[in-house]
Amino acid sequence: MDAISFWAFAAILVIASVLVVGQRNPMHSVFLLIVSFAALSGLYVLLGAPFAAMIQVIVYVGAIMVLFLFVVMLLNTPTEEAPAGGPIRRMFGAGPRHFGAVLSGVFAVELALALRAASTTLPGTDRGTPTPTVYDIGVRLFHEYGFAFEATSVLILVAMVGAIVLARREAR
Amino acid sequence: MLFGISRELIVHLVIIGVVFLALQITAAILVYMERKVAAVIQERYGPYLVGPKGLMQPLADILKLIMKEELRPKGADVVLFYAAPILSATAAFAAFAVIPFGADTTLFGFLDHPIHLAAADVNVGLLVIFAISSMGVYGVVLAGWASNSKYSLLGGLRSSAQMISYELAYGLSFAAVILLAGSLSLRGIVEQQDGYWFGFIPHWYLFLQPLGFLIYLTAGVAETNRAPFDFPEAEQELVAGYHTEYSSMSFALFFLAEYVNMATVAAVATDLFLGGWHGPFPLPPGFEWIWFLVKVFAILFFYIWMRWTLPRYRYDQLMEFGWKWLLPAAVLNLLVTAGAVIYMGW
Amino acid sequence: MPEPTLNSYLLLSAVLFAIGTAGVFLRRNLITILLSIEVMLNAVNLTFVAVDRFRGSVDGQIIVFFVITVAAAEAAVGLAILIALFRHRESLNPDAFTSLKW
Repeated sequence: MDAISFWAFAAILVIASVLVVGQRNPMHSVFLLIVSFAALSGLYVLLGAPFAAMIQVIVYVGAIMVLFLFVVMLLNTPTEEAPAGGPIRRMFGAGPRHFGAVLSGVFAVELALALRAASTTLPGTDRGTPTPTVYDIGVRLFHEYGFAFEATSVLILVAMVGAIVLARREAR
Repeated sequence: MLFGISRELIVHLVIIGVVFLALQITAAILVYMERKVAAVIQERYGPYLVGPKGLMQPLADILKLIMKEELRPKGADVVLFYAAPILSATAAFAAFAVIPFGADTTLFGFLDHPIHLAAADVNVGLLVIFAISSMGVYGVVLAGWASNSKYSLLGGLRSSAQMISYELAYGLSFAAVILLAGSLSLRGIVEQQDGYWFGFIPHWYLFLQPLGFLIYLTAGVAETNRAPFDFPEAEQELVAGYHTEYSSMSFALFFLAEYVNMATVAAVATDLFLGGWHGPFPLPPGFEWIWFLVKVFAILFFYIWMRWTLPRYRYDQLMEFGWKWLLPAAVLNLLVTAGAVIYMGW
Repeated sequence: MPEPTLNSYLLLSAVLFAIGTAGVFLRRNLITILLSIEVMLNAVNLTFVAVDRFRGSVDGQIIVFFVITVAAAEAAVGLAILIALFRHRESLNPDAFTSLKW
């Protein structure tokens, strides 16, 4: 049951991410990213981290993606033009973009090879390690990570002010 | 064991089916209730032709909606246009999955040990409800965008801005209750509300958090885009806001989503503030969900009453109220609750 | 169907990160580039939570909490800059902003 859920969520995640990167219409990209975030949230639940899963949905899907959606709607840009040339030229022609594509491919292969070397198994929940609860998260968050917590709140305040100032129309 | 499937699994599946059906029936009852209550408030008859006392009116409404023509404006984004009502309805139903509606029961001895009466029982239940109601914003904003019409776009933007603004006060009123209960699970919060003070005042959080309850209901009404916060759907100003261009089943899905959202807000208010399924006199075991239903319908009646009594807020008044009054009130409520928990050990 | 091990989660995260990187390199629309950056951040979050399960601690989830918060701040500021840029040039193509190129 776990395995089927994992492969289902992983498949949705990868397909949605590839489509996000590949879609021409930014509105569709945002919508597909929301789908991929939901699948990722499901993976977090499978990994025994319901708190992270819910925070992912609340903050990422519920707030950040709404922000993206509003910006896409308000800017109302037309869909991106397709690059010129036939399919072969588009895929294998020279240019910095295609070099970037090759680099990404090399990076992916490198990562896969590096990870293949370490082969470990995840402990199941019935191995004696108790699944951490939200209480444990809270205790650690406010003891060891207390400074980071407060600093993050200042960061958000700074980001809010910065975003408002940057997007403001110039006073004529 | 029945056909190799355990009894627990069968019961769980049945409970999921029952919850789903109950939500749909609630939506149908709400359609009727809304029109009858509106009629009583406005001193006229409501529907009375279809069936005895008009009780078959929801059925007639649903049949009418199903048989209408499905229209789509030219230039509308097909995928998003049809995905939006599906998303709205799905989010509305999904939020009810984690709401417990009855005490632990063995279903009159059918099962060996008692099970929780809820479609799913997670220990971060309150966060799940908050998360899914933030997903409900997407149905609205995508509907507004995909309709390729200015009324829809304006209505969608306004409606979603309103929903995300009131989510803050909504979440903060949750936070105060979580502080008092010490648990994120809805079942845990309801179980804390058992018992009485001085023998007759029930241990509900309503009495410990009166401001919190008011904030929660106000934010809930704004979240579901109901009067007096329904400017984005106002017939006089924006035709019908984000669902202007929808007809037939797509419109029915939005309609359904709105009523099920109302039911979710009422159910969560019942669980958090009104003691869930604990009632003044104990019912026979296995029937506590009757109290739950009574309380939910009381809050729904209050919802409908508010719609037909109060005038509508203008959009800027609505946003000002949400940010400048409700949010500070919710923060104040949280601070006072936190102080009380620390210093008085509640 | 093989049981998922830590390896499978790390591999999934690596694939996701590579997809995000490819998106940043290949797309000619600023919004899609920002979305690809979000994909990369999510890949990293998945790594944290997966290793968290392996070590039995909650530090990974806390770091995910912070990463998500910082990503929110970064998305807000990035989109504000994007809006300012769009007002200037009426285009979201990064190739339109090359006036500093020699």
